[in-house]
Formats: sequence, structure tokens, C-alpha cells
Amino acid sequence: MSVTVSIPTPLRSFTGGREAVELTGSTVGEVIDGLLATHGGLKRHLMQEDGRLRNFVNLYLNDTDIRHLDSTDTPVREGDVLTIVPSIAGGRPAVETKEELPKLSHAEVLRYSRHLLLPEVGVEGQRKLKAARVLTIGAGGLGSPLSLYLSAAGVGTIGIVDFDVVDLTNLQRQIVHGTSTLGRSKLESAKARLTDLNPNLNVESHESRLTAENALDIIREYDIVVDGTDNFPTRYLVNDACVLLGKPNVYGSIFRFEGQASVFYAKEGPCYRCLYSEPPPPGLVPSCAEGGVLGVLPGIIGSIQALETIKLIIGAGDSLIGRLVLFDALKLRFRELKLRKDPSCPICGDQPTIHELIDYEAFCGIGAAPAYQGPEVVAEQLKEERDEKGDDLVLIDVREPHEWEIAHIDGARLIPLGQLPDRIGELDGHAEIVTYCHKGVRSMKALEILRGAGFGKVRSLAGGVDAWASRIEPGMARY
Amino acid sequence: MTLRISEGLLEEIRRHGESAYPAECCGVLAGRVPGNGDKEVVRLAPAVNRRTDDPHRYLIAPDDLRRLETDLRADGLEIVGYYHSHPDHPAVPSGFDTEHAWPWYSYLIVRVEDGRGREAASWTLDDERPVMRFESLEALSEV
Repeated sequence: MSVTVSIPTPLRSFTGGREAVELTGSTVGEVIDGLLATHGGLKRHLMQEDGRLRNFVNLYLNDTDIRHLDSTDTPVREGDVLTIVPSIAGGRPAVETKEELPKLSHAEVLRYSRHLLLPEVGVEGQRKLKAARVLTIGAGGLGSPLSLYLSAAGVGTIGIVDFDVVDLTNLQRQIVHGTSTLGRSKLESAKARLTDLNPNLNVESHESRLTAENALDIIREYDIVVDGTDNFPTRYLVNDACVLLGKPNVYGSIFRFEGQASVFYAKEGPCYRCLYSEPPPPGLVPSCAEGGVLGVLPGIIGSIQALETIKLIIGAGDSLIGRLVLFDALKLRFRELKLRKDPSCPICGDQPTIHELIDYEAFCGIGAAPAYQGPEVVAEQLKEERDEKGDDLVLIDVREPHEWEIAHIDGARLIPLGQLPDRIGELDGHAEIVTYCHKGVRSMKALEILRGAGFGKVRSLAGGVDAWASRIEPGMARY
Repeated sequence: MTLRISEGLLEEIRRHGESAYPAECCGVLAGRVPGNGDKEVVRLAPAVNRRTDDPHRYLIAPDDLRRLETDLRADGLEIVGYYHSHPDHPAVPSGFDTEHAWPWYSYLIVRVEDGRGREAASWTLDDERPVMRFESLEALSEV
């Protein structure tokens, strides 16, 4: 069939200025194929990459839009006229899209090219990252990997809250710091490393402890908060401040070989209090300083936090909102718990009772009714008494065997705290006993157990084996 | 390539943008092509914005366009381009504008700031790449 294809003015430069082209074919599709075969330049303007018509290109067979017929399968007859008619569309960009976002320099395009290749990120996602303001609480185990990855990924502004100094025990896992920055403030150390990794990064340092007094003012200035803290009062503080300000809180925590991660965002799901309404009693959950942590573990959990942060910024994928991921490093197993918003949550529930920040130390029982307070002996005094009394002074190490392996005081006896109640019969009730642990917390609990069992002459080594190693036996290993 | 348009018609576009504010207005630039590559706008044909779901988008439907083209032809005119307003946004093409642009046509954008029509600029699609090029605009004061 011979059909006339009528070419609109804007496309005539591709048909040598001709207003119409005569073609043959039995369907609209065949005619169009013929047109593109003879005038290849039209292809880019008429077809999508998948070979279908672009959505603003309309084809009229005589007077009917082919979408109302059989589309490109519509048969054509001799003498039909096929007209290409444009839909004219456009419009200013929506408010918070690309035109409002910072532009990428040529160097940035190159730096982020592996991101730009991902349709889920692309130029727009990268510009969102550049515009983003993320606050990380803590530049420690979790703060290290997450701040490194966020910086490398091109997050424009990273705020860091920390007040600590880089210490040798940090370097086993806090990879944003280094041997060369030992003794320097963690903020200074982290800033140097992060801006070396990405000079486009703007680091905002908040050298203070996050408190109920400053939390709202600091957090208000950021889009997303990433919680890398290691203690319960700060965790509840971060949660409450984020709920009150309507910010997402990317949560992670680690202990020994296990970690957790989630995104708490009260606008769209549960908050930390929906999961843990009450903090554990003080001392029940040991900190990493007391219990230890595998150095790679914060690398994994902190990377998950960085990942979730980036997903929130670019709006890709399924976020961890409403899900808690549990990671067991020894078994190499991830588990996932569904979290639900608690309607009776005191801060994000139906009838909240918390409308402002509270005293989080008191809430977590810290500083309030102290745990058992028994008599203590300082390291120097213990040394003197041991020199004098020898084996008459019984020294009991209540730590775990692996800690004993690292270092212990010569002549001491190992009875881990957990075994003490069952092994109390091994001890002489009349002997003079000194208990010790790593830093003096567990040994005080041991004291409580011994006192309760009727032991009279028991004391605890203040500051634990750590104090002993630093002041009495400088050659002893510390951890 | 220059788009020539009278100051009076530009003013008419601004007023159209103001009346549509905070939504976008759109319309057709009807005129002649003298042959030296320039385009001359003779009159405007306001079009119905068929996009009602989003105030920051405009769409001129093909049926409207065909009808308009027939009317213009009767007067010896043709569609040389389109105009639309950018409420509270510069008169530069958005990604969406570029993505939907046809070659050859002039796309005249007028900024409407706080309900007041401001500067106008014209753009055409690059022959080779999916970008819009600035087109010189010659505003003719009417005699």
C-alpha cells in the first residue's frame, strides 16, 4: 500500500525539507519502519531506546489517533495519510528537584562516575548526596566506617559530635583514626582523614558531649542523624530529639560479636522507644570497653548505617524503617525482626507523655541509687600489703579466662564472676580477700556476692587490673 | 537563528503567565519563517493546558494542535514555537522541558515571580545532543 506520511515542520530538516514522504507498507508499524530506514535522523526524535514511540509523539491515521485504533498494528490502505503530531509538554521543575540542588563539577562527575552509572543514583541522586547534611553522633567504632563511606560517597556536609581523644585501644576498629593522630582529638583526627578522602566534604565539628541542653540545637541543622553511640543515655537522647524534630535516626549498636541496625523514623515507623521502652538496669549490659568487641563488627554495622543513610537521601530501595537487623559475626548470620510502632510509646505514640528532652542519665539509672558500694583498695596499697602478707592476702580475679590470658596479677586466682556463687565454697571465709577485674566494676559485684555470703574482710581493687598495670607493673599488657 | 517578536506580544505572554500564576500558562507562537533561519512571531494562540494534575507542568494536546495548525494555515501562518511560564523559577529549560522538546521549534519561557511577569528567554533543542541552546530574542518595539 502506498501511504503519505506528513512530516511536521520541526522534523523537516530530517527529510530534506519535504513536508510529506511516500512510503509503502501494510501496517502503521511497517510504514514507520520504512520512514526510519530512509530517514535515520528521525529515529532519535520519534522512538524510545526500546523501539516504542516516545510518549509525546502522536500518529494520526487520517483523522484518528492510532492509540484509538490498533496502535502500530493498525492496517493501512492505499492513499491513507499518516500524520506525525507533536504533544508539546514541559514545565518548571518541582520544588525540591534537580534545579534546586547543587551542581556537580567536572572533577566530581569523574570522582562519582561509578555512582552516576547506577540509574538509582545518577546525577540527581549524586546532587542530592551533595546537598545532604548528615550528623553522626560519635567518631568511634561505628562513626569511623560510616563517616568514611558517607564522605567517599559525596555527602556534602557531615557533622560529627565527639569529645574524646584518640587512644591506642581505639585503633583496633576505629579506622578513621591512625597511629599518627594518637592523643589528638577525635574530631580533628577524623576531619583530617575525611577531607583527605574527599576534599569536597564540609565537616562540621561539635566538640562536646551530646546533652539534653544542646541536642535539639545541634540536630535541628541536619537532615539525617546517624547514631554511633555506645551508651544508653545518649541513645535515648538521640531518639527523643529526632522524634521531636521529625528527623530519621539511623541506628546501630555492637557488642562482642553481635550487632544491630535499624532506621527509627517516627513519621513513618517505630522509634527506639517502641522497641526498648525502658533502658536495661545500669551495669547489666557491659560496654565494649568492658565486654570487648571484634574490630570488624563495627565495620559491618557502620557500613549498614552508611548504606541506609544514602538510601534515605537518594530515595532508593527499601529502607530499614520498621525492621531490625541482627547480625551474628561468629555464625555469619543476619536475622530480621519486624518492628511495629507502639501506640502507647511515650514519645511517638497516640498520647505522648514526653514533649521535651529529659534527664537521660537519671532515666537510665546512672548517678541515681548507686549499685553496691563496698570497700576498695588502691593499687599502691595492695602492693604494699601483698609484699607484707604474701599469700595470706587472697587475690581473686573475677574476669573471664580470655582476659586472664591477656594479663593478670601474679599469685591471683581466677574465678569468673558468673561462677562465683557456685564456687564460693572454695574460699576461706576468714581470709582477707581482694577482688579485681578489668576496671573495678565487676569486682564490686563480686564483693556484693561475698559480703552477702558472710565474708567479712573483702575489698575490691579500685580501677582494676588496668590501674595495677599502669601504676605498679608498667610492663604488663593493658587492654 | 533569531526569534523576532514584538514587545507587545512579549507583554501579552507575561500577562498570560500572571493570570495563570501560580500554575503555568502555555501557548503557541504563530508566525512566518522568512528563509534566513530566523523566525518571526506574528501572533499568539493561547492553548489549553491539558495537565491539571500538576501546576508545574503543561501539555498541549495533539488534537488542539492540529486544529490550531489548520486555522493558522488558512491565514498563511505556521507554528514556529511555543511559550510557557515558569512560576517562581528562572526562564531556563527544566530537564522535563529538554526531554520533551522537539527540534527546530522555539521554546520561549517567561519567569513569573510572585505573580509578576519578568524576563523571557528563548531556547531551541540542539541538533546533536539532548540539550537546549539559548536562542537570541529580538524584541521589536511596535511602531
